[in-house]
Amino acid sequence: MLDFIARRLIAIIPVLAVVAVFVFLMLRLTPGDPAAVIAGDNATSDQIAMIREKLGLTLPIWQQFAIWMGDILQGNFGESYFFKKTVAELIAQRVEPTLALAICTMVLALSVALPLGVIAAYKQGSFLDRFVMGVSVLGFSVPSFVIGYCLIYVFAIELGWVPVQGYTRIGVDFGGFIEHMILPSITLGIIYVALVARITRASVLEVLNEDYIRTARAKGLSNRVVLMRHALRNAAVPILTVIGIGVALLIGGAVVTESVFGLPGLGRLTVEAVLSRDFPTIQTVILLFSVVYVVVNLLIDISYTLFDPRIRY
Amino acid sequence: MKKKTGMKRRTFGALTAGAVIAAGGTTVTRTAQAADKILKFVQNGNMPVLDPIWTTAYVTRTHGYFIYDTLFSMDANNEVKPQMVDKYDVSADKTLWTFTLRDGLEWHDGTPVTSEDCIPSIKRWGARDAMGLKLMDFVSEFKAVDAKTFTMKLKEPYGLVLESLGKPSSNVPFIMPKKIAETDPFKQIDSQMGSGPFKYINAESKPGEKHVYVKNAKYKPRSEAPSGLSGGKVVKVDRVEIIEMPDPQQQVNAIIAGEIDLIEQPPHDLIPIMKKEKSLQMIDWNPLGQQFIFRMNHVVAPFNNPKIRQAALLCIRQEDYLKATVGEPEFYKVSSAAFIGGTPNAFEAPNGLFIKPDFEKSKALLKEAGYDGTPIVLMQSTTLPVLTNLAPVTKALLEQGGFKVDMQTMDWGTVITRRTKKEPANQGGWNIFHTFTVAADILNPISNTYMVAQGDKSWFGWPTDPEMEKIRDTYSKETDPAKAKQLALAVQNRAIETAQYGWIGQWYGPGAARTAIKGWLKAPVPVMWNIEKA
Repeated sequence: MLDFIARRLIAIIPVLAVVAVFVFLMLRLTPGDPAAVIAGDNATSDQIAMIREKLGLTLPIWQQFAIWMGDILQGNFGESYFFKKTVAELIAQRVEPTLALAICTMVLALSVALPLGVIAAYKQGSFLDRFVMGVSVLGFSVPSFVIGYCLIYVFAIELGWVPVQGYTRIGVDFGGFIEHMILPSITLGIIYVALVARITRASVLEVLNEDYIRTARAKGLSNRVVLMRHALRNAAVPILTVIGIGVALLIGGAVVTESVFGLPGLGRLTVEAVLSRDFPTIQTVILLFSVVYVVVNLLIDISYTLFDPRIRY
Repeated sequence: MKKKTGMKRRTFGALTAGAVIAAGGTTVTRTAQAADKILKFVQNGNMPVLDPIWTTAYVTRTHGYFIYDTLFSMDANNEVKPQMVDKYDVSADKTLWTFTLRDGLEWHDGTPVTSEDCIPSIKRWGARDAMGLKLMDFVSEFKAVDAKTFTMKLKEPYGLVLESLGKPSSNVPFIMPKKIAETDPFKQIDSQMGSGPFKYINAESKPGEKHVYVKNAKYKPRSEAPSGLSGGKVVKVDRVEIIEMPDPQQQVNAIIAGEIDLIEQPPHDLIPIMKKEKSLQMIDWNPLGQQFIFRMNHVVAPFNNPKIRQAALLCIRQEDYLKATVGEPEFYKVSSAAFIGGTPNAFEAPNGLFIKPDFEKSKALLKEAGYDGTPIVLMQSTTLPVLTNLAPVTKALLEQGGFKVDMQTMDWGTVITRRTKKEPANQGGWNIFHTFTVAADILNPISNTYMVAQGDKSWFGWPTDPEMEKIRDTYSKETDPAKAKQLALAVQNRAIETAQYGWIGQWYGPGAARTAIKGWLKAPVPVMWNIEKA
């Protein structure tokens, strides 16, 4: 197992190297000049040129890349062109809302999707099954910003139950934190519920036809025990795989959801950085997202062994 | 719309979160904030940069007015009045200016503001701002006479000394402490200490989330009533928070829900929704408004040919642009005056230019100029809502005037990068783009960047016209207001003659405020002093 983990961790290095090269080149080769953004609308070409020089953007691309990589290897992610802060500081400041959103979404989505998927499988062909699958198709089809605005209109503006926007840090006011997390978590969670409920239904359905389920029933075990202990556990591996893949959805969804609800997280930081061409910030945030994605999937792979003893690394 | 109460929301939060929510810290935090008068204000964009000299971004300029003060400032009648200055004097030959600071000026750390601070502040601004650069061309020497008095020696008389030092919008000559003002003008400052009516609270500010300012209790306002950006800057709240909320729909939702107090300038299409809300008021805080700009690239074909530029200007009909972008006539003004209708340098353009297009004349000019039908590359920005609809109008009008137009859609970040390119339009360059400017920035031929015709030193589009520069130079030296006005007219006429650029309509964007807000001053910048919150 330790060998496996070590191998997987080492394998992260080339992945990150490829991501780093790709992001770096993409930013340099697509239109957009941070110096022009910094200088503002009234600046002249000469002023922009001076700012470009100060930022080191006049150096050859290979040299800029070498400097950036050298800094990263020393743990220096650079300084934002705009914020007058290091990128590490910026990320530290913005990580809490994103992490909170991801955890709340995950908890909410899994606690809804798993039971729904299992029940839909158990009641295959029933109205409930069709309803759950219908809703999950809707969850896939409606963009999260539409869901977000609808929820804001009903629950924040019409009913006034929750705030329209913003974020309260968990350490400052836990009540405020929960209030601000409800709608974003539902918004981002809907697509996740749809995804996990569908795969749960399919996996559990497959397992429910196995001989050992018939045996369990023949032994007189209750439906709850058969479904939760025998069916769901044996169906867990594909569900876990989808949950891991869904992290990408979470990351992409966080960008939109944070913008709709005004959460000052990494998603919004990414949007702001892209619009203002803040190269050091974009590069580091994307690298961070890549690390998160790879590590989460590594954890998912490791967790397979908990559910299926036949899997050994 | 139903109205909610804090209790209702609180109850929901409590039900959702359980008993843990009722932890003591929560109550303490909210009670402490409720005791203060807090204004929550949303600007037109996020504010990552806090140096108002390093960037011309309007959000940063507004931040500057919170924490810094200016030697002079513009009042509601567009006249320049002393602000930090108590008295000033100019020698008979108009080359030696003496400024004396008023009593009681202090930095936020309690140390006095001195003339030693003012000189590097003016110099740093003078290295970046167009009007500052022009002023510096005339300055031979600054000298600190004593702690409160300094002089500015000019090589020859300059007619815009006060207009320069009292410049209301980007870049504003804010006065900073000497040590900070000596920072390289092309590097950001790293301190937010000023002498203005608010203090910036770095520890509580989180760029991308909010910026926090508290009242500077030691600030001594002038005794005069506030007028525009001048007069007594009396702060009537304890704290202002600039909330970073880039999405306009989110801003409107938040102000309706009472989560914020003011929005600088909501988009016009959302104004009808807010007008229906009894808890909101629309405030025309910037009566000068803004002007849309139509900029052509003079250094590449076909607009390197003045006749083809003239043909393009003949196609302009301001009302088409204003209807497409602003909509309601109450928020726009058709005016062919380059230096803003209703101001001292306003002169209507001849022959209905910009008001009534002459497509036949445009076609005739194109024929005469030998226009070969090469499509005009028109850059359309889609990320700034107020600019998005300008390009389609230009395309439609130019096509009626005989042009072929290739409208290319991109984000604003790409527009401002691509506009720096001088390559031919079909090799990554461009022919036309649009922008807008705060009217206060273009009230005379020197502050109006678009009138500069110094080739590479000009604003994007790089017009070259020695005759224009000669008139602008004469204007800058003219100290007789009547003669200066005639020279401003000459500048406008020259810009029309050479088709230097197009001014395609004035528009106004009211701010939105909760009805509990009173005292939002009319000025070219949204300032937070004088505002009361009931």
